[in-house]
Amino acid sequence: MREDYEAMLKAYSEAGGTPDIFKNSNIAHLIIHKNKVIGKNLIKGLTIVPEETAWGIEINLKVEKGIKIENPVHLCFGVLTKEGIQEIKIKAKIEDNGGVKLLAHCIFPDAVKIVHKMDAEIEIGNDAYYEYKEVHYHGKIGGVEVIPQAKIKVGKNSHLLTNFSLLQGRVGVFDLNYETEILDNSSLNITTKIYGYGNDKIKIKEVGHLKGRNSRGLLKSRIVVKDEAESEIINELIATAPEARGHVDCVEIIQGNARAKAIPIVNVANEFAKVTHEAAIGRLDKKEIETLMSRGLDEEEAIDLIISKMLQ
Amino acid sequence: MEILRIDKVSLTLEGRQILKDLSLVVKEGSIHSILGINAAGKSSLAYLIMGCADYVPEKGKIFFAGNDITQLPLSKRAKIGITLAWQEPARFEGLTVKDYIMVGMKEKKEALIEEALHQVLLEPKDYLNRVVDRTLSGGERKRIELAAVYAMKPRLAILDEPDSGIDILALDDIIKLIKNLKKHGTTVLLITHREEVSEISDITSLMCSGLIVKEGETKDIVKYFKEKCVPCPTKIFPSQQNGEFRGGIIN
Ligand SMILES: Nc1ncnc2c1ncn2[C@@H]1O[C@H](COP(=O)(O)OP(=O)(O)OP(=O)(O)O)[C@@H](O)[C@H]1O
Ligand SMILES: [Mg+2]
Repeated sequence: MREDYEAMLKAYSEAGGTPDIFKNSNIAHLIIHKNKVIGKNLIKGLTIVPEETAWGIEINLKVEKGIKIENPVHLCFGVLTKEGIQEIKIKAKIEDNGGVKLLAHCIFPDAVKIVHKMDAEIEIGNDAYYEYKEVHYHGKIGGVEVIPQAKIKVGKNSHLLTNFSLLQGRVGVFDLNYETEILDNSSLNITTKIYGYGNDKIKIKEVGHLKGRNSRGLLKSRIVVKDEAESEIINELIATAPEARGHVDCVEIIQGNARAKAIPIVNVANEFAKVTHEAAIGRLDKKEIETLMSRGLDEEEAIDLIISKMLQ
Repeated sequence: MEILRIDKVSLTLEGRQILKDLSLVVKEGSIHSILGINAAGKSSLAYLIMGCADYVPEKGKIFFAGNDITQLPLSKRAKIGITLAWQEPARFEGLTVKDYIMVGMKEKKEALIEEALHQVLLEPKDYLNRVVDRTLSGGERKRIELAAVYAMKPRLAILDEPDSGIDILALDDIIKLIKNLKKHGTTVLLITHREEVSEISDITSLMCSGLIVKEGETKDIVKYFKEKCVPCPTKIFPSQQNGEFRGGIIN
């Protein structure tokens, strides 16, 4: 147990996390290796109840009415062995006037054959917020299958922000499916950034339903694929209320033999709603590359800089 | 001493001849203007000197500081001291002004980045962390382009219409920046439409239909340009018609 803890912290810091966070009693955290809770700290107003299952953990998370958790809650999920299955189920409820920011690291540094499933059901009340940032680190072999799914309901005057990035190490197989719906005066902001190479396979489906009057939605994806990697992005925004505004912004850069597909779906059923989309797939812009080359960068260096800044 | 010599270069793009037997000599340490109407081929000439991928001359040679650089690729040309302030500079997602200016600097000194921004009247604290993307106005983007060239301290700076998109109030400062480039030892090849800007140059070449048709003191060339060229009587290569121009440098 102690050994797992130390090993997790090491992998966590290699994946860009700062383990010192776990010593700070004002910052809530939860560390899970496979199906075991190996670290946990809670703070007032926040309840996290983890329960072990055969292949993972079921987590009930609640932020009480009127409580806004000041510091981001740190979650760390990992499998340090070469093989394994980890199924995380999250049920989260943010009560009215409550708010929380979560920062999750998912680390599989030596993955050869690992399946990581995440199934989330999230309910956000009125005048509340939920911000979720997830960073993955998969190691160099690419033997990971990641299947994140989420169903998120947002009340009135609230905001939901998710930020998913998988930029270090191989992707493996990735299949994300998020469904969200938001009510009056609420906003939805989903960003996904992934860098795939080798024979990585990326599949993303994000659906945002702008159900409430004056609701706002943005689905943003930045995907870079090279070698033999493949990606398919389905971004769907549905607007069914007056003054609802939405935008889909998808950029996929391909290099080498990679293949990319973007399917933006704009579905509007109210004459006072408006949804726009832009999707661009292709090589990097030649002028951008040449501009940096005219300042002395080699072509490779220019491409790396453009991609790293775009995905940052 | 000459720093740049272009020797009878011809350039064809998509079947259209853009530059025809064009020759040009630029003296080291000078400000050398290229004046010409729209579509004369000024930017194409700039890209050809810089070494952009599609702008490979089918004929002729380019020399820089005495060396033949005709075959030298773009980034190598930049490394030996040539750079270009683009007429319509590219936008980059996520790249900050600071990152952008720093790209070309040999020594990455914060003080020089700030000095460069001051040169173009942009307050460093307001701009260093702005992103060089679509959120910058056209004029702001142009100023940052010039600041980046300034901070690079190149041997030869090709400025492609540095004054376009710059408001009249800031024009004097852009002129000052160009003079400062010269003071620091940079040779400036200045592509412009505006007299006030070309006035500061030591020599001006008039470009028309892919040729340098006249060269001399700026005031003479400007006078000639105003009297004879606008509106331009030629739509085809001058050498192909019976006009005054026969191609090559007329001096
Ligand atoms: N890639 C290209 N393929 C075909 N024709 C081109 C290409 N690039 C430029 N041209 C043509 O070459 C001519 C010169 O263009 P260039 O951009 O060099 O002109 P310019 O003198 O810089 O004009 P401006 O003052 O408008 O900037 C124009 O007629 C233009 O349409
Ligand atoms: Mg031009």
